[in-house]
Amino acid sequence: MANKDLAVKVENLTKSFRIPLEASNGIKQKIINALKGRKGYREFTPLSDVSFEIEKGDFFGIVGRNGSGKSTLLKTLAGIYSPDGGAVHVAGKLVPFIELGVGFNPELSGRENVYLNGALLGFSRKEMEGMYEEIVDFAELHDFMEERLKNYSSGMQVRLAFSIAIRAQGDILLLDEVLAVGDEAFQNKSKQYFKELKSSGKTVILVTHDMRAVEEFCNKGILINDGKIQARGSNEAIAIAYKDLFEAPSPDKKRDVSPEVSTVKDIAVSMPDKDIDTPVAPGENITLNITLESSCDYENDVVLGINLKNSSGLLVSSFGLGGDAEPPLKISKGSNVYSFDIGNNIFQDDQYTVDILLVDYVDDHRSVLHESLDNKAFRSEGFKGRQHSLVHIVNYKKRT
Amino acid sequence: MKLSNILSRKNRILLRELVITDFKLRYQGSVLGVLWSVLKPLFLFAILYVVFDQFLKLGRDIEHFPVYLLLGIVLWNFFTEATTQGLQSIVARGDLIRKINFPKYIIVVSGTVSALINLLINLGVVLVFILVNGVQIDLTALLVIPLILELYIFALAIAFFLSSINVKFRDVGYLWEILLQAAFYATAILYPLQMVASQSVSAAKLLLMNPVAQIIQDIRYVLVTDQTLTLWNFVQFGWKTFIPFGVIIVISILATVYFKKNSKKFAEQL
Repeated sequence: MANKDLAVKVENLTKSFRIPLEASNGIKQKIINALKGRKGYREFTPLSDVSFEIEKGDFFGIVGRNGSGKSTLLKTLAGIYSPDGGAVHVAGKLVPFIELGVGFNPELSGRENVYLNGALLGFSRKEMEGMYEEIVDFAELHDFMEERLKNYSSGMQVRLAFSIAIRAQGDILLLDEVLAVGDEAFQNKSKQYFKELKSSGKTVILVTHDMRAVEEFCNKGILINDGKIQARGSNEAIAIAYKDLFEAPSPDKKRDVSPEVSTVKDIAVSMPDKDIDTPVAPGENITLNITLESSCDYENDVVLGINLKNSSGLLVSSFGLGGDAEPPLKISKGSNVYSFDIGNNIFQDDQYTVDILLVDYVDDHRSVLHESLDNKAFRSEGFKGRQHSLVHIVNYKKRT
Repeated sequence: MKLSNILSRKNRILLRELVITDFKLRYQGSVLGVLWSVLKPLFLFAILYVVFDQFLKLGRDIEHFPVYLLLGIVLWNFFTEATTQGLQSIVARGDLIRKINFPKYIIVVSGTVSALINLLINLGVVLVFILVNGVQIDLTALLVIPLILELYIFALAIAFFLSSINVKFRDVGYLWEILLQAAFYATAILYPLQMVASQSVSAAKLLLMNPVAQIIQDIRYVLVTDQTLTLWNFVQFGWKTFIPFGVIIVISILATVYFKKNSKKFAEQL
């Protein structure tokens, strides 16, 4: 792979199937079809010309409804299906979990099943021995490992399978709809583990129809519909596209996603007539300047939205420019500076992130032109014990 | 399916786990367990001895006929077991193939390897009977090793071929069962090949062109009695001698190519 930081690269992936028109799988039907000059199948293309990249350390969401092609994509990523066109490049060891407990045998003990499952995933006995304790710990099944699997409750089986899935030491973890597993306590534990995974820098690909899971765990993703990528970018961008696509359906007005025309170059907070390091009194005006670098003139009306979040991810405030009520916002080639008047000083002693979303409205359909990931942040420091009184703002470099 | 991949560490691990699992599950729930692998040929011998030696008096002119018979049946059973298990293997493990990507040939190999292990256990029992019967065994008995290898390769090639056809046409299983039944009687296992030869020499020669017949007769020759008719002592040395081996080579090549071509699509077709 050309780029060293890429974990997965999918290029112009196309996959189609032949769906037999008759259910029977025999020679008789084949002969009848040949005699009648029928093909006996119809061509079905669940994926056409799909391209995307996943960087190392991404928690990447692939969202789509049933029949959207996401499962086909997943199986092609896992190497189960071979592509008809295009290619899938994977850097490192990809551990797929299409379904929990694949190859589990009810007649074998829990321990034997762990090793068998491991072998199927490509781990040696020695590697599995290294992971075994952790798996059992996570599943909380110490006293049951020598029991046969058929004596496990279904919850216990799922816990064991899930523990193998998330403890398996691969470079890339490919998960399919596995979040709703076990009782509530186990679910919380799993969620906790996903958050750890997210911060640990391991590459995870999560395939799901559950938009909330994507919003909660993923930093990036794609929305897939009718075998095409409908939206790509941050989880917020995906969430918006998902809502537009499914919650207010307007199927005849679908529009391809426009290419990214611009990038955010700089975000700066400033105050009129004041130096950036001076304390700001409550009520004093604060302005947020966003510099956008565009590769071309963009004629359509666009909406620029800003979400301001504090360090625990809570939305503090959001603003927008453009749209119906305001003068239209245009992007011209080169640098564009947009200013937001934040008004009253709302900052506390915390670190804030700025999420930017640039959206184009065409025929009631939104398409995302640009979104920033939450890597731009700044810090505001207030006086201890006297919140809301005086704040001084320091621009903060990229959050690491 | 590069040659280096076939024996890669990862694939060997998987093969081992699958074979172990298969063997663990084979006698699951039975009290005697693996002992049945030994008991089966033992009882088979008892039956053959009573039927053929005491009542039918079929193989009077062949010494140690019950052992001769047992050896043939054990080898044939291996061929049947390896090919039918191989044939079913891909479809039977469909749930795995649809969910995990791993080399598909491992499944077929694991099905045949457990049949091979069974054969080795059975041969151990047969060997005891051979010695008890007072057969003199010399170093030529070691020829059994390449002969069993030959039988295994033939069975494996057929298993590869049939297992991939079976994905598309489930009729293959039934068809193969019938073919095996016919082949069983055409392979001179229950009766001495001399019986055929006394009626028609060319028919007996034709029967020896079947690789399984060639192998079974050869193994009988080296292990039981040199009265056995084989390709070497019955068919005049010439191009015909190579037919059984040619058949194996051609089928192996065709099966490998066919399996390799089709295995990519197994996950979709299952």
